[in-house]
Amino acid sequence: MARIIVVTSGKGGVGKTTTSASISTGLAKRGHKTVVIDFDVGLRNLDLIMNCERRVVYDFVNVIQGEATLNQALIKDKRVDTLFILPASQTREKEALTPEGVEKVINQLAETFDYIVCDSPAGIEHGALMALYHADEAIVVTNPEVSSVRDSDRILGILQSKSRRAENGLDPVKEHLLLSRYNPQRVERGEMLSVQDVEEILAIPLLGVIPESQVVLNASNQGMPVILEEQSDAGQAYDDAVARLLGEDREHRFLNAQKKGFFSRMFKGG
Amino acid sequence: MSDTATTGIKQSFQLKSASVSLTALELYYFDNDEFEANLREKISQAPGFFKDIPLIVSLDKYEGLDSELDFFKLIGTCRRHNIHVIGVRARTDDQRRLARGASLAILPAGSQRDQSENAQPEEPAPETEVSTGNQPPEARYVTQPVRSGQQIHAPDGDLVVLAPVQAGAEILAAGNIHVYGPLRGRALAGVNGSENARIFCQSLEAELVSIAGHYKISEDLQDSGWKGAVQIQLKDDLLVVTPLDKA
Repeated sequence: MARIIVVTSGKGGVGKTTTSASISTGLAKRGHKTVVIDFDVGLRNLDLIMNCERRVVYDFVNVIQGEATLNQALIKDKRVDTLFILPASQTREKEALTPEGVEKVINQLAETFDYIVCDSPAGIEHGALMALYHADEAIVVTNPEVSSVRDSDRILGILQSKSRRAENGLDPVKEHLLLSRYNPQRVERGEMLSVQDVEEILAIPLLGVIPESQVVLNASNQGMPVILEEQSDAGQAYDDAVARLLGEDREHRFLNAQKKGFFSRMFKGG
Repeated sequence: MSDTATTGIKQSFQLKSASVSLTALELYYFDNDEFEANLREKISQAPGFFKDIPLIVSLDKYEGLDSELDFFKLIGTCRRHNIHVIGVRARTDDQRRLARGASLAILPAGSQRDQSENAQPEEPAPETEVSTGNQPPEARYVTQPVRSGQQIHAPDGDLVVLAPVQAGAEILAAGNIHVYGPLRGRALAGVNGSENARIFCQSLEAELVSIAGHYKISEDLQDSGWKGAVQIQLKDDLLVVTPLDKA
């Protein structure tokens, strides 16, 4: 039985696509056959972050409309051989994702894949609803600031009322909080909400905290899921999150401001 | 207002004022099959009460489309169960037109004074087990967080929330509201006008609280009991917040 995981947030620009790329890569690296689907029709980005934009021939909408088979549209990742990408269409509208079409594609993928990661567009409209409808689990990506937290709260409400699981009265969608762009120094200065604040407001279990880092931006620009930057804080934080998603118990790291020592100051490391 | 005959000839009738207590059927939407199923269920609870009763259909809380209102079907269904629809309490001109078309009397729109107990048998038939009439209206219980954008309504009685009510969420109740968690959204108690309704919460962080239409916004709530366990009640048309440990 495939596990269907939606990466969602309500608010835009919080790191959904970065997270989708890293979580799916992390799952695949551990040997699970994983597909990541870009639901952001019209604002396709996942292919850039996964560095496969030059290999897109057919897309999700082509498959839904019967213009291509699923196997024609799936792109095999060059770095991790159990990872596949189903890119979004850049030229269509979100409405091209029909409920029946999405269901058909998801069911077909569920036959061969262990994990289906759905990268949701921002907002709470059709595209986001389509992305979360089939989810068994949800990773709610939140930045430590009030508007992001409120939007996450909104999307949590939608998950528990408009998903397939809610509509059919099944067990509710399992929720995970992923706090991204976390900067302990700024939390200490009171400029950012703390992990505890966000956990207290949203009242869902914490999957991981991704520290704010230049590495994330650099990796995105190079078309590299940041989880593959194994030496970086952010990469390790994503690796921890994947481990927790698979049931491992790992302590949360990178929550406190590090006092910079003499050497790290000398070498500007971090 | 009796119509006395002025001439010596005795008239064939006389008009007198009469006041009769009627049962009103508060219709929320109309789907004939569902309607009949619900009606059958109600009747099975008190068969004696419903036999040959006159009934008025109230559309005060009707949410469906007027075009879905098929009074002929509704009357037929009621007739099959020995219930006589005599009139309609309509809100819109379309509803009045439809009622007139079905030869039903048109009554003025209802007021808040109608009690939901009216719809219950006053003296239940001996064969029924349900004790009605004095039973308080059903409370609604919510155990999941009420998230931003969600609205929870307890239209008849109390609302009890055993989880947080988040900013951007709204909870409403005809009766009291209890929140065993932080109240961060909007809470409106006594929405049908009950001034005795109260709001209780474990941590007052609300955007707005209201009792029977009297409200206070977050700005005005900061001074007493903010982020504390409080009760809120209406005293002389003023909302009063009291910490629970001083109540």
